[in-house]
Amino acid sequence: MGIGLVQEGGALTVYLKGDIDHHSARSIMLGLDRELVARSPRRLAVDMGEVSFMDSSGLAVVLRGLRRMEEVGGEIALCRVPDQAKKVFAAAGLDKLISIT
Amino acid sequence: MIPILNQATLLFPSKSSNEAFARTTAACFAAQLDPTLDEIGDIKTAVSEAVTNVIVHAYPTDLGVVTLRLRILEGRLFEVMVRDKGVGIADVHRAREPLYTTGDDSRSGMGFTIMESFMDYLRVRSAPGKGTTVTMRKRIAPRPGAGK
Repeated sequence: MGIGLVQEGGALTVYLKGDIDHHSARSIMLGLDRELVARSPRRLAVDMGEVSFMDSSGLAVVLRGLRRMEEVGGEIALCRVPDQAKKVFAAAGLDKLISIT
Repeated sequence: MIPILNQATLLFPSKSSNEAFARTTAACFAAQLDPTLDEIGDIKTAVSEAVTNVIVHAYPTDLGVVTLRLRILEGRLFEVMVRDKGVGIADVHRAREPLYTTGDDSRSGMGFTIMESFMDYLRVRSAPGKGTTVTMRKRIAPRPGAGK
């Protein structure tokens, strides 16, 4: 599981790659926390184009990101979400809380 | 009792590094029914949830054994059973409620909800101190033009 980053002004794009499951979720969460504290973006985009699999552990990662951004009055959006992950988000109703494309 | 056409059983320790192994193995076994990518995704997701529950909740302090039993039943039914001999669930009905979790904030509490959504059948049997058995089934649709 890898994380890539691109920041342009107040917008940060985080690129996730590989499987997001219980095994990988904690390190992703900690990495995301670290970058959000260090970079203080107003807008966070999570690019999931290279995510090969996601279970409900990914929901916890995204919810953590949502909480962190809400704390600073910022926004979060998910993009290039694979169909399998979209289905997990829909099952949890998260597609009604966050922009998912 | 639905006739069993094929079966495989796997035992492995409750290490998180085995989550991918379990879901991939289940998908490989289901491949003999020629599932679609969506059906494979559903099976992998449900198995991942069930195995993760064992790792996180059944054996919270030490490693234990996870039993993964895979079956092909008559009528294009894929069945997966995940069993542990861990702490057990005191209130199964409550555990199956969306967002309920006894885990920390790395857990969403959506595991059983996702298993129910992605599979056609889910049964959970558990008691404190007696482990847990989760059984799920999914009917794999025949492909157009396929024989059976």
